[in-house]
Amino acid sequence: MNVMTILIQGTLLGGLYALFAIGLSLTFGIMRVVNIAHGDLITLAAFAALVVTDTLAISPFVALGVVVPLFFALGYLLQRGLLNRTLGDSILPPLLVTFGLSVIIQNVLLEVFGANIRRLPVGNLETASLQLPAGIAIGVFPLIVFAAALICLGALQYLLYRTRLGRAFRATSDDPETAELMGIDNRHLYALAMGIALAFTALAGVLFAIRTTFDPASGPIRLIFAFEAVIIGGLGSLWGTLLGGVVLGIAQSIGAAISLEWQILAGHIAFMIILVLKPDGLFPRTQD
Amino acid sequence: MSLLSTHGLCAHYGDFQALFGVDVYIERGETVAVIGANGAGKSTLLRAMIGLLPSAPAMVRLDGEPVGNLPAHDLVRRGVALVPEGRRLFRSLSVEENLRLGGDFLAPGAWTLPRVYELFPRLAERRDSPATLLSGGEQQMVAIGRALLSNPRVLLCDELSLGLAPIIVREIYARLATVAASGTTLVIVEQDISRALESADRFYCMQKGRVSLAGACGTVTVDRAALTQAYFGL
Amino acid sequence: MSRLPEPTGSTGLPEQTHSAGSRTRSDQHESATSSDRGDQGDSPTLRPMSYRVARSTRSSRLFSAALGVLLITLISLPWWADNGPMRLIAEMAYFLALAQLWNLLAGYAGLVSVGQQAFVGLGGYTLFALTDWYGVHPLWALALAGLMAALVSVPVALAVFRLRGAYFAVGTWVVAEIFQLFVAQVPRLGGGSGYSLTPAIVRSIAADRGTRDQVLYWIALALAVAVTAAVYAVLRSRHGLALTAIRDSERASRSLGVDTWRTKLFIYVVTAGCTGVIGAFIFLLKLRISPASGFDVNDWTVVVIFMVVIGGIGTMEGPIVGMLLYFGLREWLADYGSWYLILLGAVAVVVMLRAQRGLWGWVESRFGLSLFPIRRQLVILPGTGQGESRE
Ligand SMILES: Nc1ncnc2c1ncn2[C@@H]1O[C@H](COP(=O)(O)OP(=O)(O)OP(=O)(O)O)[C@@H](O)[C@H]1O
Ligand SMILES: [Mg+2]
Repeated sequence: MNVMTILIQGTLLGGLYALFAIGLSLTFGIMRVVNIAHGDLITLAAFAALVVTDTLAISPFVALGVVVPLFFALGYLLQRGLLNRTLGDSILPPLLVTFGLSVIIQNVLLEVFGANIRRLPVGNLETASLQLPAGIAIGVFPLIVFAAALICLGALQYLLYRTRLGRAFRATSDDPETAELMGIDNRHLYALAMGIALAFTALAGVLFAIRTTFDPASGPIRLIFAFEAVIIGGLGSLWGTLLGGVVLGIAQSIGAAISLEWQILAGHIAFMIILVLKPDGLFPRTQD
Repeated sequence: MSLLSTHGLCAHYGDFQALFGVDVYIERGETVAVIGANGAGKSTLLRAMIGLLPSAPAMVRLDGEPVGNLPAHDLVRRGVALVPEGRRLFRSLSVEENLRLGGDFLAPGAWTLPRVYELFPRLAERRDSPATLLSGGEQQMVAIGRALLSNPRVLLCDELSLGLAPIIVREIYARLATVAASGTTLVIVEQDISRALESADRFYCMQKGRVSLAGACGTVTVDRAALTQAYFGL
Repeated sequence: MSRLPEPTGSTGLPEQTHSAGSRTRSDQHESATSSDRGDQGDSPTLRPMSYRVARSTRSSRLFSAALGVLLITLISLPWWADNGPMRLIAEMAYFLALAQLWNLLAGYAGLVSVGQQAFVGLGGYTLFALTDWYGVHPLWALALAGLMAALVSVPVALAVFRLRGAYFAVGTWVVAEIFQLFVAQVPRLGGGSGYSLTPAIVRSIAADRGTRDQVLYWIALALAVAVTAAVYAVLRSRHGLALTAIRDSERASRSLGVDTWRTKLFIYVVTAGCTGVIGAFIFLLKLRISPASGFDVNDWTVVVIFMVVIGGIGTMEGPIVGMLLYFGLREWLADYGSWYLILLGAVAVVVMLRAQRGLWGWVESRFGLSLFPIRRQLVILPGTGQGESRE
């Protein structure tokens, strides 16, 4: 395979991984907790879209209009009703509660939908591609996913740096106690953050389900991809997340060019190399 | 009815008890100083008053209503503000963002961003710089401005002079006098006894978690010997 | 997560717990009167007081006796029971060992790993390779598998120790994924489809099936007992005290000069080695390994985490309680597919929210019961000066 093709495909795949990573990065940035159920929530969104497209007979893109708000509400309630109670000095409660959620979501999906492999159909968009000179072909759908990642990151950047809600998020991340002195109710703010994170997660889940097949057990590996993108990019860095996703995507497409089994392994190895050589990631968070 | 008062206020950090039945009251429009040695419980008192440390409902009253169990963000909404010890500016926010955040989530009032810049003109020049790059005095001004933007009825100030040069301290207290003159009730925690007595109408002296002396700051009324005794417990 | 002080009522008798024979000697060794220790004379009102350092409780001594009876019963099981219970108890035994190890790692050293299946699989594959390729006797291969896992865990630790908290958890998981994907690429290890032990190797344990089952059963028991004893010993050692200090406050213990990094590394490597032995044993029992079964996150980590969390993380007794509860639930809900996992997940979530130290933590605080006393207690002998106790 052509080197250019590998790089382009890897970059576009990186867009999907950046989308996976946004929710994880946002909640870590604000609440300093890692949601182990993140990958399973991506899968849950995929199944939710499946149900919505089937019952309403609408396109997956239209289904986003249902699934994304639904996941915002789910995130808000999850944080407000459950995860806020786990916040404190010890890392064990948030870690183990989200871990428990992960297992619950996986197995409930398994009971409800069975172990079959699924995919969201979008007709010929799945295979449509653009022909570039020099025989390079770019899939239209991967391009859409990459654009979506750019738009999401841009929107998040705007939210965090140009709005009062964003100021509140950054302030609470710095010093939650003093944020309370600004009249900010941290429990509400955390719930909003999780709602927003899950809205992005829902988008990522639906796009992923159009792009590749999924089943109830596909959550954990999505968590790992998201995690690798976040760490490669540098913890808490917004655009670093995109870079991390792209590095992971390129590593995987190089691996896939060697042999299909090497795709994921190559991504993991790239992650390990960066972890050892540059533990703060390629794009360490400096001041924000 | 006092604006803000405590009634047998007790506060704990884990197993450690920091306040033992503290009774203070703050009337509308006055400036009250709280003095005391290190570790006497002054900061703890302010933190309990604004709800950062929870207590029994009736131990803290605002307009006579029990508020001891309310969270801090609720008390801020009801018109109490705190300039915390050590300033506690948000390090990822610029000067202006720090100031804005003070009023972002609260009803607008007389204090606006331009008015804060008028009070502390040098902050206007540094509005876009990260808050942590400012000098200590400027940081203290940001902390005060941020609290003022919540348009408090009562402003609690914890050791404004901490680590600042005397000339800066004088400037800050001069500005604070303007704030008091505009009708805001002030509670000032201060290590510097003379400065505290000069700026306030009344004072409380704390020792080991209790009020050891209280009185008016009027010219000759403060008995220095009694104060020394109340301050150091000698 | 500070521990509750043990009630004084149950600590009245100054004895070391387990070694009944050496009790008196060790008591004398550790006891002293304060007047022996040079008279500072700083508090004249205090009468000379004598004290002993004791770690046992009345309940722990009762428990030791019960444990002895239980062990004898279990050891003699092959002579009076059939294969069904033996197989179940062997499984319970290796799960208990895994749970104790994970508890040491997460509950005491604060290293919440979600990747212990890396060492289970590594141990299993090492045993298969050593016995098949080099003709090593399976029992020797068990030990060597542990060594292999411990060795491999060192570079792994150097990488994943760069991650903190929850990121550490996911990092260890990535390592396990790498191992799994890597092993699947090695044709000599059966690639993606797996690998079976040859009958000759199996027969080398014991010629007939009955004896083999008995030997493996006893090994399972021995592993569970040895791992529990080892974890207990580690916790009572200097390292163990350092661990408790780290858990209670990393910053404070660092300022006291406790080298948290090296202590954590030590625990990580020891845990990995033991996990490797157990992994090797599990697949010696199963006779077949594949990348998916060897590095199964659900079997070797998820279930184990649930046992520990529900039973009581950060307690020696918790893994035992959790293991028993898990097997109870599994048998009870056997016909309901994965519902028992859903139920376990839900129980773990509730436990983490309501009673962070699990069922055992609740029992301990409610009834003051402690079966594995870890902290030393100063017991003031009757009729001497006023008491103080330290941990
Ligand atoms: N977070 C905390 N945890 C435990 N104890 C605390 C904490 N904060 C304060 N204390 C203790 O409570 C007591 C009162 O502290 P406080 O900070 O209120 O004193 P202060 O009068 O403000 O002293 P200073 O002049 O040094 O600011 C002290 O003994 C202090 O050690
Ligand atoms: Mg103070």
